[in-house]
Amino acid sequence: MIKQLIPRMTEICGPDGVVSDLAELRTYECDGLTSHRVTPALAVLPRTAEQVAAVVRECAAAKVPFVARGSGTGLSGGALPHADGVLIVTSRMRRIIAVDPDSQRAIVEPGVTNLSVSEAARPFGYFYAPDPSSQVVCSVGGNVAENSGGAHCLKYGFTGHHVTGLELVTPAGELTWVGDGTGAGPGYDLLGLLTGSEGTLGIVTKIVVKLTRIPQLVKCLLAAFETTGAGGAAVSAIIGAGILPAAIEMMDALAIEAAEAAVACRYPEGAGAVLIVELDGPETDVLRDCVAVRALCEQAGATEIREADDPAERAAIWVGRRSAFAAVGRISPAYIVQDGVVPRTALGPVLDKIAELSAASGIRVANVFHAGDGNLHPLVLYDDSSAEATAAAETLSGAILDLCIEHGGSITGEHGVGVDKSRYLPKMFGADDLDTMQLARCAFDPVSLCNPGKIFPTPRLCGEVPGARRGPHPLVASGQLDQF
Amino acid sequence: MLADPVLRALTAACPGSRPASPGDAVAGGTPRFAASPASVAEASAVLRAAAEHDLAVVPRGSGSKLGWGVPPRWCDLVVDTLRLDQVLEHAAGDLVARVQAGVSLHRLAEVLGGAGQELALDPAPGLGAPDGVVPTRAGVDGAGVDGARPDGTGGGPGAHLDGGTVGGTLATGAAGPRRLRYGTPRDLVIGITVIRADGTVAHSGGKVVKNVAGYDLGKLFAGSFGTLGLIVEAVFRLHPRPATAAYVTIECADATEAHRAVAAASASVLAPSAIEIDRPARDQPITVGVLLEGEPAGVGERAALMGELLGAGARAQPSQPAWWGWPGSDPAGPAGTLVRVAFWAAALLRVFAVIDGAARSVGLDPAVGGSAAAGVIYVAAGPGAHPAAVAAFVSALRAALARGEADARPAPAAVKGEWSGTGRWAGGGVPPVLASAVVVHAPPAVRDQVDLWGPVPALPLMRAVKDQFDPGHRMAPGRFAGGI
Repeated sequence: MIKQLIPRMTEICGPDGVVSDLAELRTYECDGLTSHRVTPALAVLPRTAEQVAAVVRECAAAKVPFVARGSGTGLSGGALPHADGVLIVTSRMRRIIAVDPDSQRAIVEPGVTNLSVSEAARPFGYFYAPDPSSQVVCSVGGNVAENSGGAHCLKYGFTGHHVTGLELVTPAGELTWVGDGTGAGPGYDLLGLLTGSEGTLGIVTKIVVKLTRIPQLVKCLLAAFETTGAGGAAVSAIIGAGILPAAIEMMDALAIEAAEAAVACRYPEGAGAVLIVELDGPETDVLRDCVAVRALCEQAGATEIREADDPAERAAIWVGRRSAFAAVGRISPAYIVQDGVVPRTALGPVLDKIAELSAASGIRVANVFHAGDGNLHPLVLYDDSSAEATAAAETLSGAILDLCIEHGGSITGEHGVGVDKSRYLPKMFGADDLDTMQLARCAFDPVSLCNPGKIFPTPRLCGEVPGARRGPHPLVASGQLDQF
Repeated sequence: MLADPVLRALTAACPGSRPASPGDAVAGGTPRFAASPASVAEASAVLRAAAEHDLAVVPRGSGSKLGWGVPPRWCDLVVDTLRLDQVLEHAAGDLVARVQAGVSLHRLAEVLGGAGQELALDPAPGLGAPDGVVPTRAGVDGAGVDGARPDGTGGGPGAHLDGGTVGGTLATGAAGPRRLRYGTPRDLVIGITVIRADGTVAHSGGKVVKNVAGYDLGKLFAGSFGTLGLIVEAVFRLHPRPATAAYVTIECADATEAHRAVAAASASVLAPSAIEIDRPARDQPITVGVLLEGEPAGVGERAALMGELLGAGARAQPSQPAWWGWPGSDPAGPAGTLVRVAFWAAALLRVFAVIDGAARSVGLDPAVGGSAAAGVIYVAAGPGAHPAAVAAFVSALRAALARGEADARPAPAAVKGEWSGTGRWAGGGVPPVLASAVVVHAPPAVRDQVDLWGPVPALPLMRAVKDQFDPGHRMAPGRFAGGI
């Protein structure tokens, strides 16, 4: 069936833009979440928005599902291919169209990597604020799909706060601009709806992003504590003092141990937890906040505090944190990363409970997290050669999400629902909530061809909406008015 | 009487239902019924009853912005949120508040101020009650309007908050000068509860700032003017309230000078919270004002540096200049016409040229002011201006915007693509028009002659969203862009 599309797809994307060889297709079988794998029936690598639109039109006409993929670094299986569908890979759409420091905007194609936007803006004194830890490789298009955050979103917000215009290929294959780049145009806030919709409402082909002024001074503090509880108390004290750092990150003993083994980050020896606090802004304010944060950490029982303000020293502090996931990968055959969120004030009890669950099940859990906004990344360590160990790790992982929901939090802070967490979504939202979200889906994609099977556990058919439609306005009916 | 069974049904659903009085008028027309639900359950029941009786429904908070947007085509029932007046939760340690829609911004500021926090929204220009409709009822929301300032800072942020409600602010997307730093309501809402046209209660988001589970309906409802449903509850991200504010102002002889001052302030590392301009009439100087917020020492130092940056004649003051943000007292007055122009910030000079050109061509001399660095300014024509001239002004303004006359021209060095030299990027890649002009409010004689919303990108997608959420087109029908 899908093979019939190959000639037309080749016409659209060129012979080097269509992948139909099974071995080659396998390279796209998963994204950053490797536990889910599906080989797509076909992959295309368009170079232009018009090509994406033409591909989608072909799919829509043939009723073939399609899935967009950026750099494939997602951690929820959002870009998991459809076995009978077309995978639309945006990696060849890598133009930075403009960097406009005078309007604090850049226009990029979806395959452009996150970090390269900041690099292009740096000579003008600006950067692109959302900074997922995969920013060297992850794509801006993927960031839009997932509403990506990062360590610094505590102060600067998420992708959704920085997108002011999108060129979109609708699931019907129409090319349209949503938003005019101002961030203040008329009409529904479709930008807000599209950002974070995990590729289920269309495929973005251009993105207008806000650029942020590079701060005058950046200071980074590393504070060691005996326990995560003490570190958590320091976090509460900092926020309670009205200080808004750019980032507050925490790692527990096991994560520190793994990072030390992997990258020799030389965090204080024997620490039960380390806190990384980054402060940025006007010099006077940063210096004052820095003194305050030091004092608050000391009061919370910090055993050692280091301070860095030049980029190399800061990088030395961050290296342990940035390498944490990979480092844990070296001390365990496999691990599950969770992305649950709890209110910051619930961090202490939730971490205690995770420790209890870990002890009771005998499964090691390393904690690396965005402490400032309560976004946990517990790494559940297990041996994937054992089916029993795998099941136990999944059970523990699910219990951690339950814990987050119990405390009024969320099952995902930045990784997205994708295929991985759709079964947990009904624990956060009722049937009416999910049905209402589906209405938006039906408005964009009534036939459910655009990244089907993601986010929602039980997609409702479109067109089942109750309620009679009122007839058109008499003036519209009589042709005197267009739509009024 | 036809009304009786309907009123009976409404009263059964919500005891606070009644025949509408002249005080319930919407843009001059009196609906048949009014309802004031006291709970989410009552709100749901009353909308279900309205659906059963095919009533057109207009949601209302305090009514302070009821004159914004197009008057609804039909209005059988006004549902006001004023009895939904509970601050349900203020989690100070988490910088989050959960509030019912009818809570006034003033009341919320009082509650949050107790913990040194705030919802970082200040009043939008153009607040008032056009058409002489004074919807405020005794003891509901009048107390705060002219009363003591909530924060006691004598003119700092949060002063002059109007009687508008949380729900109305969210539904209209209203924001004032500090949008530059904190964004608009859509950037601060993290969770929402709405009642759909058929009475279904739906939630999205939650109580944690970082959360990407499910579609973000809060953003979709922000600025939707009641056309998708009734907002009954919202959760907001809060900010620590700055201890001090300084306003640094400079008088500029012309738009070129003003543009230079705005650009210098915007590109500085002094972290301005707002950059505003004010020009009472065409031949008068333009005042540029910069708001700096934070700890006293830092603010003092930054204010001095900002003064140097703006040039000779700059002066700093601790309190708001009288013209700041035009809250409730824009030069148009509630009975005049207020036009919001959104643009790429670099185009400020061109925007002035377009506004002045359009105004001259029709013999108007409107006041211009607003958030220049955020790319949002307002044009105000008083109630005495000839309606035909005002309508012609709006048309001429839009025609110039459509020709790209107010599109930003980035510095050639910054453009990666080709610049055509005619005011547009060559080869696409950019939204077709980089500016818009929306009439926020206007007297009936102007409204009759001009489409208040103007052209809207992606209108077919917006119509599709409306059709899904409100298939009977009964929610504030016709009030929104494109006749939605």
